[in-house]
Amino acid sequence: MLSTTANKEAVENFSEQLEVKGRSLWDDARRRFFNNRAALTSLVILGFITLFVFAGPMLSQFAFDEVDWGAMHAAPSVASGHFFGTDSLGRDLFVRTAMGGRISLMVGVMGALVAVLIGTLYGATAGFVGGRTDRVMMRTLEILYSFPFMFFVILLVTFFGRNILLIFIAIGAVSWLDMARIVRGQTLSIKGKEFVEAATVYGVSKWAMITRHIVPNVLGIVAVYATLLVPQMILFESFLSFLGLGVQEPMTSWGSLLNEGAQTMEIALWQLIVPAVFMVTTLFCFNFIGDGLRDALDPKDR
Amino acid sequence: MTVAKKELLLDVQDLKVHFQIKKENAWPWTKPANLKAVNGVDLQLYAGETLGVVGESGCGKSTLARAIIGLIKATDGNVLWLGQDLTELDDKALRATRSDIQMIFQDPLASLNPRMTIGDIIAEPLRTLRPDIPKQEVSDRVQAMMMKVGLLPNLVNRYPHEFSGGQCQRIGIARALILEPKLIICDEPVSALDVSIQAQVVNLLKQLQREMNLSLIFIAHDLSVVKHISDRVVVMYLGNAVEVGTADALFADPQHPYTQALMSAVPIPDPNIEKGKDIQLLEGELPSPINPPSGCVFRTRCPHADAGCAEQVPSLSGSADHQSACLRLDALQAG
Repeated sequence: MLSTTANKEAVENFSEQLEVKGRSLWDDARRRFFNNRAALTSLVILGFITLFVFAGPMLSQFAFDEVDWGAMHAAPSVASGHFFGTDSLGRDLFVRTAMGGRISLMVGVMGALVAVLIGTLYGATAGFVGGRTDRVMMRTLEILYSFPFMFFVILLVTFFGRNILLIFIAIGAVSWLDMARIVRGQTLSIKGKEFVEAATVYGVSKWAMITRHIVPNVLGIVAVYATLLVPQMILFESFLSFLGLGVQEPMTSWGSLLNEGAQTMEIALWQLIVPAVFMVTTLFCFNFIGDGLRDALDPKDR
Repeated sequence: MTVAKKELLLDVQDLKVHFQIKKENAWPWTKPANLKAVNGVDLQLYAGETLGVVGESGCGKSTLARAIIGLIKATDGNVLWLGQDLTELDDKALRATRSDIQMIFQDPLASLNPRMTIGDIIAEPLRTLRPDIPKQEVSDRVQAMMMKVGLLPNLVNRYPHEFSGGQCQRIGIARALILEPKLIICDEPVSALDVSIQAQVVNLLKQLQREMNLSLIFIAHDLSVVKHISDRVVVMYLGNAVEVGTADALFADPQHPYTQALMSAVPIPDPNIEKGKDIQLLEGELPSPINPPSGCVFRTRCPHADAGCAEQVPSLSGSADHQSACLRLDALQAG
């Protein structure tokens, strides 16, 4: 008996010296994310690209819509001030890449953000509440799915004029639909687990159940899907621009720069290479960051 | 050992849980089948007592537990907790009694959220039901509780998958106990564990029960575990309680033919005795709870059943210490 009390005391003393401060899932996730070299490198590169996109135009003597009559299809050169060359109209590609990057990055990130926020909450709610609510919510989703999207965009553009905000609205409206479906499916499988039952027993409210128990458990899939969405959104925007529904000349985006560059690649390869390098690098970075996020958010994977 | 004078905590009266089962490809107007998972069970539980519930798989033990705690809505009957009917309370009113009744689950790992640290898991009931308690006190209580169930407090930042089954079950126990409940419903808490770990967990439960004056409803299909921990035992068959009694009386003298068959199937850890043992095999399978036999539900497999058993539904009868539901009890005891 004496020894057990002594043991207990020893254990108590021992444990007092150890770290007992609680860490949250987010603290852990941050630490794990920053330990992931690929993800960290990608984040840094993406940071540089963002910096370039916003500060780049200030470093050049040209404006993005300014035509340099003496330098059409000019090759990249430091001497002339056209660091990345010029396009077929003699506009400086360095500045245009930066300006286009603003649009592309914003569209990509906003689309993915909307998808993550609305899609995750919508899907988790539908899946968790279930029953009639689920049926109504999913049928609503299907109606939105079947909506002729191009028609919707054309309608918006005709009524409200061309506006970059409209592209955001249009892209936001479609991007979350797939996400909601994926999350709902995941939620249905998590809902049956015993830890959800246990949480019901100690009276966790529906909202807390969704945000604390369901959503963290679907975040892995959400993170990966969101990073796949970013490139999809960027490409989608260039498709819209191509149809004349997205950004309009002289404003540009990586998508439309690529499109122009592809037409002249036999005589001026840099017009294709420059935006392509930026786009590909960005997409790679997003994918690595997505991978890193998924690993960081999954405690089993450390 | 007498329980008669203790405070009555839980009184389950004629509890029925029926599930409406719709057949696949059924027409919208076809009536769904009625699965009688629990069909009229009466239970009494007194303060500080352990009530064992045994029965084979699919007899409604877990459904009974879930209906008592409110995870499944009871179709009919009452669950009186200190005189208050839990089946009639709405969600809000039910939250008040949540801290009195807690539950431990069968699969230790599945009952813990894989994305939460152990500290958060154990603290969550406190944070949910007593948001007024300051943070520091919550973490103090969590650590005290971890010590109590035999976990080192420095493990708070670990995740459930880093623990063994037995440790996970201790975490589940800590989470259930942190609210200082009066009753814990243990739904086969040791079925998923090794025998040696089973003993540790069962003894931990017994020790905590003594320290905190807990009542337990202990569901299991392992008779030796039930015998070890229970004061009283209920034997269930196909949604009905067929025999109720103090553990001593019931294990010494099983009266119902089903209980007798169950007892005879318990292996004895001595091959010489085991060899000579006469196992009373039950014929057939557990009948479908969608279509239970008329009269006594056990009659289709009972070696002593006669024509009368099909007509009358037996009710529990006997002394306060030991009751069983068998129509031919007198005849059996005489013969």
